[in-house]
Amino acid sequence: MRIHVRNGRVIDPATGRDAVADVYVADGKIAEEFARPDRVIDAKGLVVAPGFVDLAARLREPGFEYKATLESELEAAAAGGVTSLACPPDTDPPLDEPGLVDMLRRRAGALSRARVHPIGALTLKLEGVALTEMGQLTDAGCVAFSQGNHAMPDSQVLWRALQYAATFGYKVWLRAEDAALARGGVAHDGEMATRLGLPGIPPFAETIALGTLIELARATRARVHVCRLSSAGAVELVRRAKAEKLPLTCDVAIHHLHLSEMDLGYFDSHCRLEPPLRSQRDRDALSRALAEGVVDCLVSDHTPVDEDGKHLPFAEAEPGATGLELLLPLALKWGEAHQLPLAATLARITSEPARVLGVDAGRIAVGAPADLAIFDPRAAFQVSPQTLKSQGKNTPFLGYELAGRVRFTLLAGSVVYEG
Amino acid sequence: MQRNPQLNANGELQHLLSIEGLPPEVLLQILDTAESFVGVTEREVKKVPLLRGKSVFNLFFEPSTRTRTTFEIAAKRLSADVINLNIAASSATKGESLLDTVANLSAMQADIFIVRHASSGAPFLIARHVKPHEHVVNAGDGRHAHPTQGLLDLYTIRHYKKDFSGLTVAIVGDVLHSRVARSLIHGLTTLGVPQVRVIGPQTLLPLGVEALGVRVFHDMRTGLRDCDVVVMLRLQNERMRGALLPSAQEFFKHYGLTEEKLAAARRDAIVMHPGPMNRGVEIDSTVADGPRSVILPQVTFGIAVRMAVMSIVAGN
Repeated sequence: MRIHVRNGRVIDPATGRDAVADVYVADGKIAEEFARPDRVIDAKGLVVAPGFVDLAARLREPGFEYKATLESELEAAAAGGVTSLACPPDTDPPLDEPGLVDMLRRRAGALSRARVHPIGALTLKLEGVALTEMGQLTDAGCVAFSQGNHAMPDSQVLWRALQYAATFGYKVWLRAEDAALARGGVAHDGEMATRLGLPGIPPFAETIALGTLIELARATRARVHVCRLSSAGAVELVRRAKAEKLPLTCDVAIHHLHLSEMDLGYFDSHCRLEPPLRSQRDRDALSRALAEGVVDCLVSDHTPVDEDGKHLPFAEAEPGATGLELLLPLALKWGEAHQLPLAATLARITSEPARVLGVDAGRIAVGAPADLAIFDPRAAFQVSPQTLKSQGKNTPFLGYELAGRVRFTLLAGSVVYEG
Repeated sequence: MQRNPQLNANGELQHLLSIEGLPPEVLLQILDTAESFVGVTEREVKKVPLLRGKSVFNLFFEPSTRTRTTFEIAAKRLSADVINLNIAASSATKGESLLDTVANLSAMQADIFIVRHASSGAPFLIARHVKPHEHVVNAGDGRHAHPTQGLLDLYTIRHYKKDFSGLTVAIVGDVLHSRVARSLIHGLTTLGVPQVRVIGPQTLLPLGVEALGVRVFHDMRTGLRDCDVVVMLRLQNERMRGALLPSAQEFFKHYGLTEEKLAAARRDAIVMHPGPMNRGVEIDSTVADGPRSVILPQVTFGIAVRMAVMSIVAGN
């Protein structure tokens, strides 16, 4: 299929290019100008951007198919303009052996809705005790190694895992949370937890673990990506680590960029998230840090949860929120608040995560894969269970009026979504 | 911010879930109504027909004898039919979900659910899912709230001190895990008590508790100075040794209420305790049984307060 995308506002965040232009697609790649296309897409008034790259999207397979399936969630990815995504290993069983990774890649490949990059388990069964066969997992297609939302309680194992990964240049993606300090906690240890009588997770559960992680990264020179920062203190630690040129990157989730503990309201279980929503000061620090580039990427932290998992008292509710379809509108909302050029805003969900992931994505240039998100940045919609394709309807943003709707998603030169 | 889920569109009490967020008029309405019921509980025929034909379901997901019994007595004095369900021993262990249990009981024509649950916020979840004519009264949820206990404490204070406007009230002990403390703090600040204090070690005080409008003290003698009301909290057995406290004895040494420590308070200070008491842990027997203790009257007032709450929600 040869496609001519006409008159769109073409934005390539990797180079900062932002101009009305035509884009030609042939053989799955962005091509030079040609005549007689098979299809013309009129993109007048629309933005033509690289397909979005999401570093954290749980597809729930294998093991949690009652919450979501590859079919439903890759449909959601396409509807959200997400063409590349990394999925954490905390499935059931976890992605700790090559056969599982291979099966996931085949299943996702057959659906051809988005490029799925599995993150392998760093330790067997995510127990934090024994290393996985990272070499074989890499051969099977794992792009990095992680504990998902599981703890890494033993610093010695963490140290050895980083040494081993650094030896072969494998990337390690971890959340920073001290398991002992976070034990039993379900909300930020602040004013709301005090008022609602919820067991708290103090911010130093994050900074202490991050301090350890940074020290070990310094000692081993492992390439560490810190997932889902939640506190102002963590931002400062990352800022200092980057100043000394440690090979460290990090991300923040859409929820922590826009919400705070105050959104728990009257025990809204949609706000039961890992890490917890923290204070408004923390949220503002994260938002600024993303604008400054101290935080590299914005992720959806997509975690579909079924209704039964949320219709529970706050502490018992299953953590997580659906997010793939909200990544773009919430990125736009954030960029607007900081008055950033659209290219800079989109970089956080395209070229920057592609750099962390180490894949060829997130750019518009002749010869690049023709993964495109064509969207109307001003089209408003209300977030509701009906507007979400994901099987998970759980999000604290239900009822929000947001702007930014994807009209076309192209994956390797084929239209995989039209809305 | 969502609308306060315990008030109906007219600002009247639909459910009683928490004292926080209730306007002073609603609190005073409950206290005044309770006052009218105190007479009933002292009559020979201790019944009024206000809830005749109504069903009150005592839904206790956490074991309790005392609170359940006082609710039962209160409901019976209002002529309601009372059904006691000890859920901890039935549905929950069979894997039935909280909302399924409630939906089933709702199908049995309930009017009021009295709910106790170990998880903070559980009564809010139930209140969001019951039918419009059904009412939920929180009888204690996790560490969050125990509003009828808070109200009976307020009633007791008003009974002995007549007026809230000049009082200094100290709440002593395990505030961190106490739903009683949270409810009372909100009640006192809502009704204009100028100084509410909490006294305890850092390990038993929630982070940033000052945001609730209280002053924090770690020393009993300074914390109790010139207090009009001293509220002792129960220390749960499982918290007496471990990472929060070294021992019950050491807790008593620092925070146990003795005549000697109480001397710092005003001479006419009253001493309260939500019960059940640990004598020799948070309170010395000479104080518990002494002239300034109003611990037993609290229990009596508790019945009138619970009658008031049930009759008000059922009337709205």
